[in-house]
Amino acid sequence: MSGFFKSSIGRKVAMALSAFFLMFFLLQHLAINILSVFSPETFNEVSHFMGTNPVVQFALQPVLIFAVVFHFVMGFILELKNSKANGVSYAKNNGAANSTWFSRNMIYSGITILAFIVLHFIDFWFPEINTKFIQGDWSGMLEGVDGYRYHEELVHKFVNPIRVGAYVVAFVFLGLHLAHGFTSAFQSMGGTVGRKKAAQNIGKAYSIIIPAGFIFIALYHHFNH
Amino acid sequence: MNLTLKIWRQSDANDKGKMVDYKVTEISEHMSFLEMMDVLNEQLVNAGEEPVAFDHDCREGICGMCSMFINGEAHGPDRGVTTCQLHMRMFKDRDTITIEPFRAASFPVIKDLVVDRSAFDRIQHSGGYISVNTSGNTQDANSIPIAKHAADEAMDAATCIGCGACVATCKNSSAMLFVGAKVSQYALLPQGQVEAADRVKNMVAQMDLEGFGNCTNTGACEVECPKGISLDNIARMNRELMKASI
Repeated sequence: MSGFFKSSIGRKVAMALSAFFLMFFLLQHLAINILSVFSPETFNEVSHFMGTNPVVQFALQPVLIFAVVFHFVMGFILELKNSKANGVSYAKNNGAANSTWFSRNMIYSGITILAFIVLHFIDFWFPEINTKFIQGDWSGMLEGVDGYRYHEELVHKFVNPIRVGAYVVAFVFLGLHLAHGFTSAFQSMGGTVGRKKAAQNIGKAYSIIIPAGFIFIALYHHFNH
Repeated sequence: MNLTLKIWRQSDANDKGKMVDYKVTEISEHMSFLEMMDVLNEQLVNAGEEPVAFDHDCREGICGMCSMFINGEAHGPDRGVTTCQLHMRMFKDRDTITIEPFRAASFPVIKDLVVDRSAFDRIQHSGGYISVNTSGNTQDANSIPIAKHAADEAMDAATCIGCGACVATCKNSSAMLFVGAKVSQYALLPQGQVEAADRVKNMVAQMDLEGFGNCTNTGACEVECPKGISLDNIARMNRELMKASI
């Protein structure tokens, strides 16, 4: 089996597996964050549960970090191998005649998402790790804030229009990445379901709803803080 | 038709190569693309210049020899045809046509538009066959029941002529459509089952050894394939490899 993951197909299967996990993560992330718009109290409750539950913190979170790092590292490894396989470039190459722009440029949408994740970690994840694991404060409370601190912190981050703009741009690239990645992952796993019209429509809907949802949250809090 | 041709000229594998402009006149729209190239070469020979080297053989779209990347597409702008089946009616008078060899590190240029596609032969040798006793005791293939859809899909996969358009088109120079077709044509039939696991493992290993890239599922290969080989064959190869590896 180790030989399988060293093969070109095995590496693509590994990419697809990490992609499935990340796509599921995005869905639950959006489902929780959208609560911040409709019910701040519920958002705080769910955030506190996710932020303090040992299964989430000590089992799912490390898997998520591994999946994110693996997806990027393997993406770069595959890109390097592909560049090496290409040889001399064409003087004229009409890629638009046979494929979509976003399917040919997954590496660029991926790099944009990577840059966003760095910003997102600085904004939310590092402060969260600092509060809980370095300062040892698992209470979810903040001085001067009634109830849990999570909704207040989220809204505060979206005051700055430059940050909101960066988030919106990143989410557009996330949508482009998902527009190809959703069905591509099925194909890499050996499934032909990704070629069916229904699956392609679900992929299109997913790649629009997920980024549009996150953009809506960012803009809502920016204009309603 | 009067045309300007921008053609890749490279004297041998070690030459750096460059694009050179040529003019051809009075080209009939009924000519095939290769006949137009023949006109150019006659012109060059008459002028005492080196003719453009290009691959061709059957000139009826079944041998897989002709190649050429024409105006940014393998086998040119038409669909479901090889370069020998491409007609000049696809172009307009006074067009400029860019003609390049198939590009991939695993398809090194031998001369001008001729590339070495023997990597495909080595992949075939590594498992693209079934071992049959041909001493005279061979069972009649028609005595083995095969479902119609399996026979059809195997036949579709077997129509791959190994021209390399998939590799030339792929942004990663991946050979997975070719290997997927060769794996599929046997994987779908009972005769191919006995050696199925070794076949897919060996062919994929040889494909990787030859230095072809990975499949990103853009689908460009399927669009440009002169035989319309489906991406489903790549998915089937992936399944076959998973099954063989577990």
